[in-house]
Amino acid sequence: MAKEKETVPVALVTLTIGILVAIISFWYGRDNGLLPEQVSQQAPLVDNFFRVMVTVGTALFLLVEGAIVFALFKFRRRPDDDTDAPPIKGNFSLEVFWTAIPAVIVIGLGIYSVDVYNRMGGFDTVGSTAVAHHHGGHATQLASLPGSSDVGAPLLSAAAPQQVAFKYGLGATPAEGQASPFLEIAVKGLQYAWLFTYPNGMVTGELHVPVGEDVRLNITAQDVLHSFWLPEFRIKQDAIPGETTELRFTPTKTGTYPVVCAELCGAYHGSMRSQIIIQEPDEYEQWVAENQPVAVTTGTDTVALHPSERSDADFLAPYAAEWGIDAAAIAPLQPERHA
Amino acid sequence: MTQAQISMDAVSHTEHPEAWKWYHYFWYNTDHKVIGIQYLVFSFIAYLIAGVMALFMRAELYTPNSDVLDPNLYNALLTNHGTMMIFFWVVPAAIGGFGNYLVPLMIGAKDMAFPNLNAIAFWLNPPAALMLTISLWFGGAQSGWTAYPPLSLVTNNLGQSFWALAILLVGTSSILGALNFLITIYKLKIPNMRWDQLPLFCWAMVATSALALFSTPVLAAGLILLLFDINFGTGFFRPEMGGNVVIYQHLFWFYSHPAVYLMILPIFGIMSEVISTHARKPIFGYKAIAYSSLAICFVGLFVWVHHMFTSGTPPWMRMFFTISTLIVAVPTGVKIFGWVATLWGGKIRFTTPMLFAVGLLAMFVLGGLSGVTLGTAPFDIHVHDTYYVVAHFHYVLFGGSVFGLYAAIYHWFPKMTGRMYNEPLGKAHFILTFIGTNLTFLPMHELGLQGMPRRIAMYDPQFEAINQLCTYGSMLLGVSILPFLINAIWSWGWGPKAERNPWRSLTLEWQTASPPIIENFPEDPIVWAGPYDYGIDTEADEDDTTVEDMLAEVGAEAR
Repeated sequence: MAKEKETVPVALVTLTIGILVAIISFWYGRDNGLLPEQVSQQAPLVDNFFRVMVTVGTALFLLVEGAIVFALFKFRRRPDDDTDAPPIKGNFSLEVFWTAIPAVIVIGLGIYSVDVYNRMGGFDTVGSTAVAHHHGGHATQLASLPGSSDVGAPLLSAAAPQQVAFKYGLGATPAEGQASPFLEIAVKGLQYAWLFTYPNGMVTGELHVPVGEDVRLNITAQDVLHSFWLPEFRIKQDAIPGETTELRFTPTKTGTYPVVCAELCGAYHGSMRSQIIIQEPDEYEQWVAENQPVAVTTGTDTVALHPSERSDADFLAPYAAEWGIDAAAIAPLQPERHA
Repeated sequence: MTQAQISMDAVSHTEHPEAWKWYHYFWYNTDHKVIGIQYLVFSFIAYLIAGVMALFMRAELYTPNSDVLDPNLYNALLTNHGTMMIFFWVVPAAIGGFGNYLVPLMIGAKDMAFPNLNAIAFWLNPPAALMLTISLWFGGAQSGWTAYPPLSLVTNNLGQSFWALAILLVGTSSILGALNFLITIYKLKIPNMRWDQLPLFCWAMVATSALALFSTPVLAAGLILLLFDINFGTGFFRPEMGGNVVIYQHLFWFYSHPAVYLMILPIFGIMSEVISTHARKPIFGYKAIAYSSLAICFVGLFVWVHHMFTSGTPPWMRMFFTISTLIVAVPTGVKIFGWVATLWGGKIRFTTPMLFAVGLLAMFVLGGLSGVTLGTAPFDIHVHDTYYVVAHFHYVLFGGSVFGLYAAIYHWFPKMTGRMYNEPLGKAHFILTFIGTNLTFLPMHELGLQGMPRRIAMYDPQFEAINQLCTYGSMLLGVSILPFLINAIWSWGWGPKAERNPWRSLTLEWQTASPPIIENFPEDPIVWAGPYDYGIDTEADEDDTTVEDMLAEVGAEAR
């Protein structure tokens, strides 16, 4: 559209601008350094998606802002010119063009986000609970078990194995399929702390998980809404009173990373922080062994027992193997009983 | 269309003075121009108070520890900052203020269709402000402007109840106003103005009003249930009584997402008026801009769950609302491109309203792009409820709506007050505000991406440096209000007298006196050109002064 005396052909200018915008966009999309470390299998998926959006966004930003700045200089009112500009009221094909381009971009982003969401495990939530239902409610028992007995939350009681809790959140990825997670931990949010209950009944304020293993968190809230966020894992799920939600992930490197509450939960919401400590599997086993709570011998439990009548360890014992806790780990628990 | 005049007469005033005196602005008055100014001044005071709240919060966030304010007070400030900025500033200023002042003038009517209803709608606001003041007196609501239960049920019940009553009152005001706008535009538009000659601000008000009418009652329902849960022992949102906390979120966001469009659609309308006038060029793609407002209104009703991607929402819902949210980018993009194309080839006057409009355009692009990223569930799961969101919505609501309101205040200041504002002070105001906005809100993107959640009084020390930068920016924003206040107060009282049409604009409000006479036009105006037909006569007969001549001619009739 630029006219007047031009020495360089418009096509060449356009091409140069196009190449420059493309180079800058790809560079900024790749190396923006805006996101923290990647510590879960989901993190690279989210980050790559973000990179694509930043690349497209940078290109659009540069073109639109460039057009604005250029127009402000080029089409400013000249001194003593009080006339109006030429009356161009529109251009149908141009308008169709700039409606179609964003439409194509957002359709593309929409399809891409469904794909990313699927690979993060977003679509599994229904499937996994249905499977659990048919296999005798392994997920169900977990949900009803560790946290609920002491707060009396009306989660799932005696009749529970038949009523499968529908869990929102991120479940198994398509790669994990219907496999059970290696480790299942109950997470409870309360003003202003997170409590983690391990399969053996141990309750901690910090989350320890082994690197490279598939972990499922069953998240509940005792009082108000909280939100369980692992920034380095790129995953977050609200903890909702009266419902169990889930997050399933596989940590990819060892280290200590923050656990953050992301939903306003009261005056000290900002201090509701904890840590997730990712350890080598043997270190993790050692930590579990060192922190065993007291437990009890019962080999003959029937499922019909009301969970709240038994200690956590009691209830968990039959399922220990399922969660990958071997006999050696359980052995030290046997002699003592705790109420 | 002749019935328009009949219904107009039916509601016209019996007797009124030649012109309003100052004290008429402090009492019940059915003149839409008085009501518009009442809304604007009232909401501007709320804006100042809410702005001071923000400065206190930024002072608290200067250091990672909670050391300036009590954490309960901090939560009360963050709740009421959001509440007042939305319900007592942007919505009443844009819709109540400029909507009331401009719509009847722009369509050539004498007043709104229901002047008494209009006055009643305004006078619901002072009691609402009283409720909010009572709420603050008792410690204030402390559960965020979203008031999610169970937190809102267990935190400062008295403050929360009065807060809910305040919102119910302004919500009622908004519903009454919306009805009035729809009927006014439909019935009182002068017959010889075709629908495609309706100024784009009025199209934006049609979309806004339809949206307010559909969505506000849902918020009212949610708040009433909340009030009952707090005070009368019900358990709609109490899980221990079989209630469901997520239902509240649906009720709340079914209104409060459209509320975002309530706050930006009128601003989009203002943009079309200001950019076209000051670039001296017809708006590029009138129909595309008008239809895109209606498209945003329609699609905007089906995107609310994107505020709940990490809440109790099933996968299909997260995906459906990802797609619908992304679709909103298309009509919004059409508007942005339309304005850029209007600038392109124009003869741009760098007046203060134009600077604010261009500043809005520049920042809204960034806010829109970050909005697209937030609309996608897989990425939103990471950044939901973080400073990335805070950065995004301040770019669209401060960089967008507030810049648009400033543009409108400067643009229509001569019309409303009959006096010109001071241009150098206006430019100083723009420069300070533009730098302050970007300094405050741009770094917040990084904070959120790196892991800082929102609504916290104490944070991880690793974020201290960026937070200090944001606090400096907010101080600059605090200072930036001073040139505006001086300018507005001084110019209103003692500024040079404004001409009838200082911008040589073509919309009808400029064709009557400044300020307009009480029933707007001495006789029904005649639409002799489209609202944005700049440059057309100039080109036709090669005469530079044609438009001015024609304006003078019409102006003479108007006087």
